[in-house]
Amino acid sequence: MAKLTREDVLKLARLARISLTEEEVDTFAGELSAILGYVEQLSNVDVSGLKPTNQVTGLTNVMRKDEVRNYGYEPRDLLKNVPSTQDNQLKVKRMIG
Amino acid sequence: MSAWKPIADIAADVQNGNVSAISLVEQSLAAIDQHNEFNAIIATTEERARTRAADIDARVAAGKNAGRLAGVPFIAKDNFLVFGAETTAASNILKGFNAPYQSTAIERLEAEGAICVAKANLDAFAHGSSTENSDYFTTLNPHDKTRVPGGSSGGSAASVVLELAPFALGSDTGGSIRLPASFTGCVGYKPTYGLVSRSGVVAMGSSLDCVGPLAQTVTDTACILDVIAGRDELDSTTIERDKAGYELPSTSYDLRTTKIGVIKEYMGEGLDPGVRTQIDSAISKLKAAGAQIVEVSLPSLPLGLAVYYVLCPAEVSSNLSRYDGQRYGHFTQDATDITDSYTRTRQVGFGGEAKRRIMIGTYVLSSGYYDAYYKKAQTVRTKVIDEFAAAFKQVDFLLGPTAPMTAFRIGENASDPLQMYLTDIMTVAANLSGVPAISIPDGESDGLPVGLQLFADQKCDRKLLEFAQAVEGVIV
Repeated sequence: MAKLTREDVLKLARLARISLTEEEVDTFAGELSAILGYVEQLSNVDVSGLKPTNQVTGLTNVMRKDEVRNYGYEPRDLLKNVPSTQDNQLKVKRMIG
Repeated sequence: MSAWKPIADIAADVQNGNVSAISLVEQSLAAIDQHNEFNAIIATTEERARTRAADIDARVAAGKNAGRLAGVPFIAKDNFLVFGAETTAASNILKGFNAPYQSTAIERLEAEGAICVAKANLDAFAHGSSTENSDYFTTLNPHDKTRVPGGSSGGSAASVVLELAPFALGSDTGGSIRLPASFTGCVGYKPTYGLVSRSGVVAMGSSLDCVGPLAQTVTDTACILDVIAGRDELDSTTIERDKAGYELPSTSYDLRTTKIGVIKEYMGEGLDPGVRTQIDSAISKLKAAGAQIVEVSLPSLPLGLAVYYVLCPAEVSSNLSRYDGQRYGHFTQDATDITDSYTRTRQVGFGGEAKRRIMIGTYVLSSGYYDAYYKKAQTVRTKVIDEFAAAFKQVDFLLGPTAPMTAFRIGENASDPLQMYLTDIMTVAANLSGVPAISIPDGESDGLPVGLQLFADQKCDRKLLEFAQAVEGVIV
């Protein structure tokens, strides 16, 4: 059974870009192990001859014309929720060293 | 006696000038105010609602058609993008977010004259079965204030039962419409996957998410589905609507030609005796009405929850990666670099359940575990789908409880996430297989509502609603 250590939890949190408090690391180690322990029952299920399902109603690639449409939005309205902007663009911290 | 007439009658009253849209909006807002203690509502959209009501009343006065839902107030779960109030999905990370566009479901309802008056509480990002995971507050069950209303659409369900509005919108990824409908005593409908557009609804598990109505009766539920169902180019997973539409005639469905399968796996161990009594009583009434009842086994259903709690967190971890604080939502002012900005935004912005699901999802999708967890779950999902398909070759509809229990006490499952997940054990299979399912009130056990769940094959939504209307007539 999957038993997650504190290090495992910290690694997952790093991959998922979440900071955790010391207390959260301990709590999640126990809780995530219990959840993974529960879903591990799937490992014993015989699925020979079956394919994985991605889409339940059988739709495959749904295409539309690649054309510009005017939905009537003003850039300044679309940018209203952005915490930091400059010249109608998003302003973020440096991403590449 | 309900505070609200059937939805079609309300709209007719408005169109005929017997009732004004503004008086209906005021009635709804007054009820919201009066029942504030239940915490069903996060925010009202009253200013915009009053403006829209005035427009509708002006149309009626000018002799124009004001729409099939003219002046009908409704409440949207707070994960629908709506003008006139913030859309937060009851999360800290989206506090202060004002939608720049509206969800397709809201647009379609507004086009027919319906008026959104408020946003309902939910478990943050729709992760939960009780509204206890809301980053705001827990909604109280209208039947017992010490108990949960179910979730995640708990605020929507409580709104309908408290008669704050004639109907509400919810979303159902693993039972989030049906479970609260069951716990509070209203009708909750999860359509066939893709029948209602999710454009403008905060995404959770995209291969599972469905949008649907909650209302007092099957007839009202069908009336709303008829307005919101069908293809939408903004959601490429949407499917064609039924040519016959979904509005139901008053003539009753003939139960004497109907073959109903009772799901064996949902009637076994772990079912609360009080719930069992109510389900058995409904089955007896259906038999007396001439329906043919058989027991049907779908042996993989008990695995459904394990499949769900691999696939759903996997999709959650992907969908919630967009909340990085750079474009909208909570922002960390004093971050040292971009990674620090992401991680601290998500630390503060996500509650415990969102973090749990993101990390489980990250785990099952990570290299080395992908085949054992994610791909395996997708393959067991195929097994569940095949069993539903086989069952619908034998019977017209399937039947079972919506949940193994009635509404539990606030705090009862709060310290054990896995125990909370087990609440969804009878609802997740419909999401895994894409079939439509409905929860309708089936009396009470110790003063708490019990929900009866009915299923039909994919794309048989109209047939399911006709049947559910007949069942509702027989078991009430």
